[in-house]
Amino acid sequence: MATVRLSFSPAPVHVRTARLVGVAVARRAGVAEELLDEVRLAIGEACTRAVALHRQYGLTDLVLVEMSDGGSYVVRVIDRAPIEAGLGIAALPPDELVNKSLTDEALSVGVGFALLAGFVEDLQVRPVDEGIGTEVRMVWPVAR
Amino acid sequence: MELSLSTRTLGEHTVLEVGGEVDVYTAPRLRERLIELIDAGATQIVVDLGRVDFLDSTGLGVLVGALKRLRAAGGGLSLVCDKEPLLKIFRITALDQVFPLFATVDAATQAGPAA
Repeated sequence: MATVRLSFSPAPVHVRTARLVGVAVARRAGVAEELLDEVRLAIGEACTRAVALHRQYGLTDLVLVEMSDGGSYVVRVIDRAPIEAGLGIAALPPDELVNKSLTDEALSVGVGFALLAGFVEDLQVRPVDEGIGTEVRMVWPVAR
Repeated sequence: MELSLSTRTLGEHTVLEVGGEVDVYTAPRLRERLIELIDAGATQIVVDLGRVDFLDSTGLGVLVGALKRLRAAGGGLSLVCDKEPLLKIFRITALDQVFPLFATVDAATQAGPAA
């Protein structure tokens, strides 16, 4: 099994780097070409969510992205924010999306969850094994 | 690819052509430009996503935010998009039911005032 790990300061500018690395490793692992757009989007959404949580809580800890290739392509995006903030995936209905009371940020979070849930068939959001934080775990098949 | 933004006027419509990647880093620039256009009096905005090669939830949030501001002012916002990967994003988030979506700028401007 091959593993690539990337850690980055919780700043929006680095999310693109994580997407690029995630797609490069996916291609190398043998993820089908037609899935790469979804891989790119899903890694971006998971990292965007982690960066937003770190900024919300004033955390300077690094966001960790771990990509591993062992029978399938597994990407784990790990944040260090309090768990109550990070769990739960809910898609918002369209009428709620245009609800005037919803801020642009709240709206993006709802849409981000909808994209993760919509694009990643094998998706888990769970507390990290040690310490504080959540892990977004995404799995894609590889063709060998 | 970096975000590119350019604006032109077509009759009563203001067309904002967006290119490159719209994500958590670049979306604030898109938001600023849309707010500038609205503050300057634009009421019918067409956002042309034809040269966008990446769009995430932050970008979608900015577009919905602009739609809400325009609707509150009696205007509207429509989108031009014919790329399947982007259209899929609108379908999955059900935002295809929120935005008027057109394949070309001509179709968007000829459709009359956006909802």
